[in-house]
Amino acid sequence: MTSVCVQRFISAAALAFGMTATAASAGDITGAGATFPYPVYSKWAEAYKSKTGVGLNYQSIGSGGGIKQINAKTVDFGASDMPLEPAELDKGGLMQFPTVMGGVVPVYNLQGVKPGEIKLTGAVLADIYLGKIKKWNDPALVALNKGVKLPDMDITVVSRSDGSGTTFIFTNYLSKVSSEWKEKVGNSTAVKWPTGVNGKGNEGVASYVLRLAGSIGYVEYAYALQNKMAYVELQNKEGVFVKPEAKNFAAAAANADWAKAPGFYQILTDEPGKDSWPITGATFILMHKVQDKPENAKSVIKFFEWAYANGDKMALDLDYIPMPDGVVKMIDTEWKKIKDTSGKPVI
Amino acid sequence: MPPKDAAAVTPTFTPPLIRGSEATYNTPPAPNSRQPWMDPFFKNLTRFFAFFVFSILVAILVSLLIHSELTLRKFGFGFLFDPEWNPVTEEFGALVPIYGTLVSSAIAMIIGIPVSFGIALFLTELSPTWLKRPLGTAIELLAAIPSIIYGMWGLFVFAPLFGEYVQPLLIASVGGVPLIGALFKGPPLGIGMLTAGIILAIMVIPFITAVMRDVFELVPPMLKESAYGLGATTWEVVWKVVLPFTKIGVVGGVMLGLGRALGETMAVTFVIGNAHRLSLSLLAPGNSIASALANEFTEAVGDRYSSALIELGLILFLITSIVLALSKLLLLQLSKQEGRKT
Repeated sequence: MTSVCVQRFISAAALAFGMTATAASAGDITGAGATFPYPVYSKWAEAYKSKTGVGLNYQSIGSGGGIKQINAKTVDFGASDMPLEPAELDKGGLMQFPTVMGGVVPVYNLQGVKPGEIKLTGAVLADIYLGKIKKWNDPALVALNKGVKLPDMDITVVSRSDGSGTTFIFTNYLSKVSSEWKEKVGNSTAVKWPTGVNGKGNEGVASYVLRLAGSIGYVEYAYALQNKMAYVELQNKEGVFVKPEAKNFAAAAANADWAKAPGFYQILTDEPGKDSWPITGATFILMHKVQDKPENAKSVIKFFEWAYANGDKMALDLDYIPMPDGVVKMIDTEWKKIKDTSGKPVI
Repeated sequence: MPPKDAAAVTPTFTPPLIRGSEATYNTPPAPNSRQPWMDPFFKNLTRFFAFFVFSILVAILVSLLIHSELTLRKFGFGFLFDPEWNPVTEEFGALVPIYGTLVSSAIAMIIGIPVSFGIALFLTELSPTWLKRPLGTAIELLAAIPSIIYGMWGLFVFAPLFGEYVQPLLIASVGGVPLIGALFKGPPLGIGMLTAGIILAIMVIPFITAVMRDVFELVPPMLKESAYGLGATTWEVVWKVVLPFTKIGVVGGVMLGLGRALGETMAVTFVIGNAHRLSLSLLAPGNSIASALANEFTEAVGDRYSSALIELGLILFLITSIVLALSKLLLLQLSKQEGRKT
């Protein structure tokens, strides 16, 4: 190539690069955190941008990362699958609100047993995960599932190897239904699993369960649906065996007492209500109560306001459950409490 | 007439200045008369690059030390031998990941070294000429495959087949043997320490083979032909002429493979089962340092958790350095035996 040719090539490349570099413009909102809601946030962001021209730059680096970044004020909002306790919120000067919900579904792999045929109670599920129930034809399982041919096979327990909000919700439920679980293992995004193998991400657990005969695992509802996995029917607080379905997750959320929970600190496990799915949970957004950049805060609030009003169908399409209207009204009231440094409300 | 002064008359022999010989190393090069700044500039630039690499190494070590200070101070040396890994009570111990890293790498080496040796031997001594190049290229292509592809292949193709056909066979046959049987107990999951070791072996074979083949080809044909002429068999030539000659290269290749096996992340994460439990059985799931870091680092909440993970990284750094140091020592020993170094 001649030197003139090279120069032209370089200047053309620089121009193209410069044009693409302006994609993230000054009006965009930035957020970081949980991986679970990333699909729905990007769908909402795309629709919002085509409507208003304001884009969202969301980095799904994990809940832990989201909490770190909002504390460091490098992003406009943080996202976490695990809600922060009121004490932690006050320490960081943060407020939180839920955006969408998901259900955690125990799934299994047994030849000849159809989806939904296996019924479990919370206590039995906890015992399986504790390693106390080792075989599929254990008396406790047989008693719950009369008429189902349970084989004499070892149960391979599959859990998560990475820290995750799904684990948080699942272990929260197990801690509520089994005092032994609460004492031995506890409730967190990452725990010391007493038995079994661990996969990375919901995808990892799903692929292990699909491949290991006689295995049981837990995944987000979206993964169970999309991979057509065999789900378990769980007994809820009222004693009814419910299927994992959108209406049952919504029932769990509706029956929760949001008004009494400061910072919306509600983990929707083991909720009352005959339709409630016992392992439901929401994912949360974290924002500072006192804003250094009130304009950015205003953009964030406008975005989520729009999402609550118009994003329900998009969330349902992606197998997430939108928040009930009553909760959205409460969130609205909380937004009005966000102030800038001079004490003036942001919206 | 006798010479007045023997020293003055005795001729001294100055060897001619042969380019590339010892004599030219210590004499400064003649200055470049046309662009006198070029030589010092080039010299300083390359010196800068060399020190830059070294300083990055030191910077990494220092930053690892600083960020793991919390757990270094809290747990001390006990961290290396503690099998407990509990993020809820914040009790951490590195025994399980260290064990997993060392065992999976050991399996990879035990399987990989003989196979690589066999391939290199075949390529240099036994194969017909028309096969050498395609086979050599195929081996090099194996090295070019990204490690995550190995992981996916391992999880979706290899592990099910392994778990369905090979593992039950192993359990049935070797599982009953008194001592070694303990290594092969447990349900045939398909994933686990042995699978991770085998996938690692497949990944390191190309590296070791490439180096071994290159050094085997460097053996002077004269040496081999002399041995053949004396009546040695092919095996004797390889074992007694080729290998001793190429010892250093072979050890270097093995260390290259071992370095890759110790640090391999994605392929191992897919198939090792990620269980923070110590088990003797090779068929059980385990964990390695790299895969624990890949799994848990982004979501680690809490200072002590992050610090424990960074300390794991520091330990891996130290393991790799120790392995490298041992290999240099081994090479030194081998050279001493040959009398080249003292």
